[in-house]
Amino acid sequence: MIQIENLWKSFDGKDVLRGIDATFKPSIPNLVIGASGSGKSVMLKNLVGLIEPDKGKIMYGDEDFASMDYNEKQHIRRQIGMLFQNNALFDSMTVEQNIEFPLKMFTQLNPSERLDKVNQCLKMVDLVNSNKKYPSEISGGMKKRVGIARAIVLEIKYLFCDEPNSGLDPLTSRVIDELIAQLTVDLGITTVINSHDMKTVKDIGENIIFIYKGEKWWQGSKDEIENARINNKELDAFISASF
Amino acid sequence: MNFFTDFGRFVLFMKQTLHRPQKWSVFGSILIREMYNIGIQSLLVVVLIAIFTGAVTTIQTANQLLTPSDLFPTQLIPKFVVGAVVSTSSILELAPTITCLVLAGKVGANIASEIGNKKISEQIDAYEVMGINSASFVALPKIIAGIIVIPSLIIVANFLLIYGGVIATQFTSALTLDDLIEGARMVFHPEYVKIMLIKAFIFAFIITSLSSYQGYYTEGGALEVGEAGTKAVTRICIFILFFDLIIAQIFLGL
Repeated sequence: MIQIENLWKSFDGKDVLRGIDATFKPSIPNLVIGASGSGKSVMLKNLVGLIEPDKGKIMYGDEDFASMDYNEKQHIRRQIGMLFQNNALFDSMTVEQNIEFPLKMFTQLNPSERLDKVNQCLKMVDLVNSNKKYPSEISGGMKKRVGIARAIVLEIKYLFCDEPNSGLDPLTSRVIDELIAQLTVDLGITTVINSHDMKTVKDIGENIIFIYKGEKWWQGSKDEIENARINNKELDAFISASF
Repeated sequence: MNFFTDFGRFVLFMKQTLHRPQKWSVFGSILIREMYNIGIQSLLVVVLIAIFTGAVTTIQTANQLLTPSDLFPTQLIPKFVVGAVVSTSSILELAPTITCLVLAGKVGANIASEIGNKKISEQIDAYEVMGINSASFVALPKIIAGIIVIPSLIIVANFLLIYGGVIATQFTSALTLDDLIEGARMVFHPEYVKIMLIKAFIFAFIITSLSSYQGYYTEGGALEVGEAGTKAVTRICIFILFFDLIIAQIFLGL
């Protein structure tokens, strides 16, 4: 479980995150939604340690990630996997080498054990027989799958996905959503997904946090969101604009 | 961003970069690849530039020192002086400085663009999220590789500069090979080689560290990656010439 308490972040004197409190539960997809510029990407970067918050706590279990120094953060980071908006695949490496990379860096597995693990992950994301291809040779959906495989290869506890559907057609988007939701349940991990795709919200949104101008504006589930929009004009405007 | 802010950020970048590698086996394989990229891939251009520069320097020096003029109707300067001038300038200036200015364009721009591209495509962030010291992972192998292979290239360039002079003597009647060799031997001093190597190591560090730094802090898109390459080359050239002056003053200043 991840808990955020009173998270603040500003850039050049402008508050981007304003006292956000949130809880992300394990084994269910946690969605962070909001318009572009609402602060959801900044929140995600704070969560994974790419940006330091100005104030507030980021609790991974009972450890405050925000108050740790660079070296102390490393053992939490080893439990984190991230799917980036642009995939961030290493373009000089093949699919197999991309997924093998964290194993090479952080485990003592021999090459055949690493290959077994890579193939196991590729099977989990339903991407077989692509081991020797380079990122430039595969489709957008396949890149997402490789990104997910690389993120989960180290038996992580936390998975962060920044706009996992960006650049994908609607059909592939649904497949990727379902894959992330399935892995979350199967691996029992805490997954946080940044999205502005309402289809994702309706499909897999078990725990949804709506961010508006840097503040947590609403929290609920996909079953509650339709009722909530009636009395929440900012949420209603966001949902309407999304369709 | 003013100079001092930029310099402070460079110092912090180097502090983050100069760390023990997290996994020696991975570091070793990257180091070998970088040595190939920086060294072997630059060998041809260094060879060509050194030979041509050596030849041109010999012809021009001979022309200026040995051509009788209205002021000095007869030739006053012995021919071997040309060899002395060419060999000394090659060791002290042409081999380290010209070679490194060329490498600034080839290696420096390449490193800045490569790291800049990794930055804008979030690959650097991916390293960080994995718990890898991204600055050290991307920059340290390049800096160590540069410090190993660039001085080697400079030593090769030094021999080829003299060889360029040897070739030039075949195309001029003003100077013979014996004159060139005699002059070179007469003024050779081992101290000069030491100065050349000091320059080589410092310039190698400047090329690789400044270009890595410039690439690492790239923000934006493809245009900014190009700008990072250009900025890296400009800064490297300025710093190479600045340190060239300082080293000359320290070791050769009267």
